[in-house]
Amino acid sequence: MRTARRNTVAVDAARQVTLSQLDGSGRGGKWKGKVFSAVLVACIVIAVATLAAVLLHSFVKGFPRIDLNLIRNMPSSLDRTTSGMQSAIFGTIYVMVGVAVTVVPLGVSAAIYLEEFADKNRWYVRFIELNIQNLAAVPSIVFGILGLAFIARGPLSLGFVAYAGSLTLSLLVLPTIILTTREAIRAVPSSIRQASMALGATQWRTIWKQVLPSSVPGIATGTILSLSRAIGETAPLLLVGATVFVTYNPDGFFSGAFTTLPTQIFSWATRPQDEFRILAAAGIIVLMAVLLAMNSFAIWIRNKFTTEW
Amino acid sequence: MTTTPHPKATPHPQAARRSVAPPTGVSVMETVGLNVYYGGFHAVHDVDLGFERNEITALIGPSGCGKSTVLRCLNRMNDLIPAARVKGQVKYHGQDVYAASVDPIEVRRRIGMVFQKPNPFPKSIYDNVAYGPRVIGMKVPDMDDHVEQCLRRAALWDEVKDKLKESGYSLSGGQQQRLCIARAIATQPDVILMDEPCSALDPIATGAIEDLMIQLREEYTIIIVTHNMQQAARVSDRTAFFTARPDETTGNRTGLLVEYGLTSQIFENPSDQRTEDYISGRFG
Amino acid sequence: MSATLMTDRPTESERIDLSASSPRRGEKVIIGWLFLCAAFSVLVTVGIVFALAGPTIEFFRQVSPGQFFSTDDWAPSFTPPEFGVLRIVSGTLNVTFYALLIALPCGLGAAIYLSEYAGPRARKILKPILEVLEGVPTVAYGFFALTFITPLLREYWPTFLPGSLGDPPGVFSAASAGLVMGIMIIPTVASVSQDAMSAVPRGLREAAYGIGSTRMQVATRVVVPAALSGIVASFILGISRAVGETMIVLIAAGATPNLTLLPNESVQTMTAFIGQASTGDIAVGTITYYTVFAVGSLLFVSTLILNTISIALVRRYRETYE
Repeated sequence: MRTARRNTVAVDAARQVTLSQLDGSGRGGKWKGKVFSAVLVACIVIAVATLAAVLLHSFVKGFPRIDLNLIRNMPSSLDRTTSGMQSAIFGTIYVMVGVAVTVVPLGVSAAIYLEEFADKNRWYVRFIELNIQNLAAVPSIVFGILGLAFIARGPLSLGFVAYAGSLTLSLLVLPTIILTTREAIRAVPSSIRQASMALGATQWRTIWKQVLPSSVPGIATGTILSLSRAIGETAPLLLVGATVFVTYNPDGFFSGAFTTLPTQIFSWATRPQDEFRILAAAGIIVLMAVLLAMNSFAIWIRNKFTTEW
Repeated sequence: MTTTPHPKATPHPQAARRSVAPPTGVSVMETVGLNVYYGGFHAVHDVDLGFERNEITALIGPSGCGKSTVLRCLNRMNDLIPAARVKGQVKYHGQDVYAASVDPIEVRRRIGMVFQKPNPFPKSIYDNVAYGPRVIGMKVPDMDDHVEQCLRRAALWDEVKDKLKESGYSLSGGQQQRLCIARAIATQPDVILMDEPCSALDPIATGAIEDLMIQLREEYTIIIVTHNMQQAARVSDRTAFFTARPDETTGNRTGLLVEYGLTSQIFENPSDQRTEDYISGRFG
Repeated sequence: MSATLMTDRPTESERIDLSASSPRRGEKVIIGWLFLCAAFSVLVTVGIVFALAGPTIEFFRQVSPGQFFSTDDWAPSFTPPEFGVLRIVSGTLNVTFYALLIALPCGLGAAIYLSEYAGPRARKILKPILEVLEGVPTVAYGFFALTFITPLLREYWPTFLPGSLGDPPGVFSAASAGLVMGIMIIPTVASVSQDAMSAVPRGLREAAYGIGSTRMQVATRVVVPAALSGIVASFILGISRAVGETMIVLIAAGATPNLTLLPNESVQTMTAFIGQASTGDIAVGTITYYTVFAVGSLLFVSTLILNTISIALVRRYRETYE
């Protein structure tokens, strides 16, 4: 069945090419190919140029406010030119620590099960895999609704505290962590597993002693990239109470109101006064700097420590 | 090694000198009516074999004849393939290793394995050898001494004694394979299975491994799968010849045992026409 | 050779114990824990469904489905409230349409370039750039749309266009949000499409080159048709991303529920409504609170359908080529 389908595709493609050769339409001059490749390059250029524009625009606009006040002061609606975002920075740190301690053990464990133990012919394994794929594409704001109904209120009733945000974002990035960890585990060749099993090691000892140590760089890279996804998330936090105007740092994970960098940026961006927009731009610079640092670190780990098999 | 193409491979001089011990009557391992299926596919049909103590038994035959599958049944490595199903018995000292009460982990501790491609762990040479004893909780009074003994037996000690902390990957292919043999004997197995251990190696490294196998025969029972007939003739005491029979309807090839006997008899005086054809290079 | 190594070698007469030396309960517990973690993801989905279902049912107890789906006025927190969801659905469709106008061609073009034209070096530079582009926080995109793209559009709007299409947009517009959202989605479309194209067997390409095809012919007549299901999957995933995106529209498209497909008008999308309604303090039990969940359900169901189709298509090309 599979081969049949593959053959159909192959035959169709071959027929297409042959026909175009026969009717001479392929010989339509070299310029056609050149235009086509120019269009393709343009597609990439649009994307890259926009990235540059996003970064440059925020940088130019926000640069005047990259100062110590930004870190030293709390957000303020009165002192527009000296207002800071300390509570947002602290809020983001609290939320992200919460995400890391929650989602890493959960996601890595799930990935180990699915990659090493799960029998792919079982209906429940296939169901779990399909479910994770689907979850990865659920809009982030829907996770906010889940957080509002079940975490901040409802069964868990944590209230609108930093850890409610952590838990909501953890659920959001869980599929990503599972996916990247599975890829890292899959990169360990099966010959290593077989060698360990053939010595009389149990499957778990094989994973613990051979597979995991070899895949740590890949897991770390995937984890950092997933956390960098979480750090920039705004929409779900709006629903679990990253209320946009908090002038004090969180009391802890489980008490006190909190705000985060992206929600603070959102609040400033939507105000008409230019001083606030400059603040928003300055906030974006800080956020992007953190993100680029995390990404570079992840790539550095990947390049430096990954085992070549 | 053997450079002149000859219809009948000459046995290894050292192997020829050693007189084959008469069968003890009690095999270390034997298979009784062994059948293997992968899902609906019948991979191996009715194999009956006995493996004698301190002998090298070679399983030969064309590719797809199921010889590797049979080998992997002996220490239950086929368990790792979810679709694989085994019927019949594999006896180790008279005990069926597929019996419900048997733990495959215990089986693999006693029946070691060396693979086709050298697969050292991404660890130091020392840790590669020490891994097995550590992971099965074997009581080793002096691990340094144990590692040295195993590397000596694998004829690798002189080459690596000054760089035990270096990665196993720093070694050449042949050295890596000898490291894998050292790793396999470190858990003191009774039987060593070798799945085409030289197919990824050059002739000189192959020669070193073959010499090593003949030495190890003094202490271990060795079962080797090889596609290289000369190798079987050079090192083995007994040879089992397998072939593949295509199914009339599906075309799937099922492996079956054609002939089993002393290597000299199989190579010099095969009783089955198919063995004769294969040995003399008319087929496969 | 030391003989100490040979101590536990069994003799013929001795019966060897091959049963498990310990029940290995610890390992069973660990495997159980690993399974629970994997199964937890199902719990998340169940949680989402339950979180949405209860208040949504409550919503429809108070507002008839007829009013929700077929009237066309949307003002759930006004008195008297109006619940014609069509207005914010049209807002979503509006912005999504303009986003796709950018994302689909550019994403596909980028994928073809990366898969068929780019050398390993170019790919090594471009792939991480696209990854960074995918990782830019959407709030930054929203800010960019509002403070960079919108003034640009207002300045250079093609005023020669007929009718109201020629009016320059205001502070909030579907076009600004749609354009930037389109850029945001390019990496998604490009990476899923490129995966599909890379899965096309080398032999097919070589066969085409072998009979004298140009690179463009190979790309458009062999690779794209052969990877079609994956490309369609990437498009659908792109649509799903656009429908579910919140921050860009919340910042740049405005909060006016407008029944329009014009790019120069301010619109409110489903996601923007949820974001806007919950930014303020909404009290549990009010009709506004339930409305958030009803709209959330609609959003969840529609993206779920899109994602399911996309996943099925990806599976299809994987089965074909792997």
